[in-house]
Amino acid sequence: MAIEAANGQEQAEVIVRVRDLVVGFGPKIIMRGLDLDVRRGEVLGFVGGSGQGKSVLTRTILGLVPKRSGKIEVFGKDLDRIDDDDRRALERRYGVMFQQGALFSGLTVKQNVQAPMREHLKLSQRLMDELALLKLELVGLPRDAADKFPSQLSGGMIKRAALARALALDPDLVFLDEPTSGLDPIGAAEFDDLIQTLQRTLGLTVFMVTHDLDSLYAICDRIAALAEGKVIAEGTIQTMLSSQHPWLKAYFRGKRGRVLALNRDERPAERPASSPAGGP
Amino acid sequence: MPAKPGFSVERAGDETRLTLGGDWTLESGAEMERSSDSLIGAAAGARAAVIDLAHVERMDTGGAWLIDRARKILQAAGVDSHIENARPAQSTLLEAAGWRDFETPKPPPGHPLTDMLADVGASVASAWRDLNHGVGFLGESVVALLRALGRPHLFRMTSLVYHLESFGLRSVPIILLINFLVGCIVAQQGIFQLRYFGAETFAVNMIGILILREMGVLLTSIMIAGRSGSAITAELGSMKMREEIDALKVMGLSPMDVLVVPRLLALIVALPMLTFLADMAGIFGGLVVSWGYAGLSPDAFLDRLKTAIGFNTFMVGLIKAPFMALVIGLIGAMEGLAVQGSAESLGRQVTSSVVKSIFMVIVVDGLFAMFFAAIEY
Repeated sequence: MAIEAANGQEQAEVIVRVRDLVVGFGPKIIMRGLDLDVRRGEVLGFVGGSGQGKSVLTRTILGLVPKRSGKIEVFGKDLDRIDDDDRRALERRYGVMFQQGALFSGLTVKQNVQAPMREHLKLSQRLMDELALLKLELVGLPRDAADKFPSQLSGGMIKRAALARALALDPDLVFLDEPTSGLDPIGAAEFDDLIQTLQRTLGLTVFMVTHDLDSLYAICDRIAALAEGKVIAEGTIQTMLSSQHPWLKAYFRGKRGRVLALNRDERPAERPASSPAGGP
Repeated sequence: MPAKPGFSVERAGDETRLTLGGDWTLESGAEMERSSDSLIGAAAGARAAVIDLAHVERMDTGGAWLIDRARKILQAAGVDSHIENARPAQSTLLEAAGWRDFETPKPPPGHPLTDMLADVGASVASAWRDLNHGVGFLGESVVALLRALGRPHLFRMTSLVYHLESFGLRSVPIILLINFLVGCIVAQQGIFQLRYFGAETFAVNMIGILILREMGVLLTSIMIAGRSGSAITAELGSMKMREEIDALKVMGLSPMDVLVVPRLLALIVALPMLTFLADMAGIFGGLVVSWGYAGLSPDAFLDRLKTAIGFNTFMVGLIKAPFMALVIGLIGAMEGLAVQGSAESLGRQVTSSVVKSIFMVIVVDGLFAMFFAAIEY
């Protein structure tokens, strides 16, 4: 089970393996031979400056952006060498939360969560209703939000609803594109806790693109940093802090980073990793 | 493929042991639902039931929910039931995705008659609100127009020219084409029907009067309502969705001045010009068919046309054009600004804009027909 792997051994199974990836638009090359591993049961934080291609990498792994060369393996399957049926089966194991939520504006929140179930599974309407409400409760949305339309929700609620939809099919792997952007610090901290709780309870593997230093400190097991089209560093927050790369120094040891690093040294157990808030 | 989510039943006295096996995951879908329903059937009537998870290979929130729901239903039916041998990960899942009451009391269904009456009432009220709003909007845009006249240096000339091009110039080919075709059809039908009375040449009168008084302006307005009215609604609507309209307001600019007035003026200027072209294309279509189908030479056609129509016939059509433009522009802008946050709302407003403006174009045309008849113009 994925849950044991998360808490247990260091070298867990690699479920996303990117090798020597090259992606470009026209004359502009964005990824220059990028390598990246995502291991089962971990929360991987992916950082990088604006315009460095963090979202492009996510979209390339998801198959939304074509690559020039390189290899992407997800769950041990090379994405270039699988047929459509396998690809669909694989895609059912992903959940994706887009930056702006990308909820279908013509459907209610409940219908949004049910949309993937309706398309992929043969379930009774009653069970789909119950499961949708369950997912909404798991992400902490009030019950009356279920019948609202996305336009009636606040930014934080849209993020939660988008997460509920990403979890609709009980995916093994969840991609989150800047999950805490646009949330206030309290909302962002709650969302971090939520991601961690869900990750532990449901045994998820989380690939998270983020700019939020708090998230990186609070919930990421590993961090990968992107610059100049490559992963320049990969490892725990300690690895990042001790890196000599100028961009990483500026990122983690800059004014904002320093405060967090300081707090962390003083109060190392602010959010202990072993007791997920709100969890069982 | 997932292993079939199934179970085996052992009865020991009045206690039933349900040993679950296979994959209780959403992939199994309907099969898992059926298994969960038969779980309840298998243990019904027993004093106690044990749901044993020892052989469950995989389980997700869907499976956890169904198993726990079955347990809860059994308990409610008086069977003392509990779950055994759950691995730690499964216990966590069962706790997170365990049964909870999602039943919401449904509002009692209304009486069909009262529902219908309520619907009728609501539509009347909304039509009244539309009318009120429309008149208000008309007033607002007239004020904005006058303001623009008072301060011509602030008037957005570039925007006007741009919209003249997109509403006017770019509509020319399609307007010429449809009016030419309608001219042809009217001529052919007229000649065909009037031939029985030996009055073929009167078809020219019919073509002239029909095209100039009604068809030219009506077809042009309907085309523009579909082409430019919808564009106005879509543009303003997507600007509203992306808060661009609010951005204008906080910069101290009035969306009325910046967005609505140039579009409205462009339509008011463009539509009479298009109507003129439409009239010419329609008459030309009539001329071509009269020549080819009835053997009436162009010279004879024009002579006949001169006696059949006066300048007033031509003006009746043209006078209507700016009013049609006003109606189309106002409805287009009003619907655009009424767009809410969703893509669906944008679609709905665009549809409603086109339907309402075509309807109003025809209503206005009818009013003008009554007016011109009354003043004998």
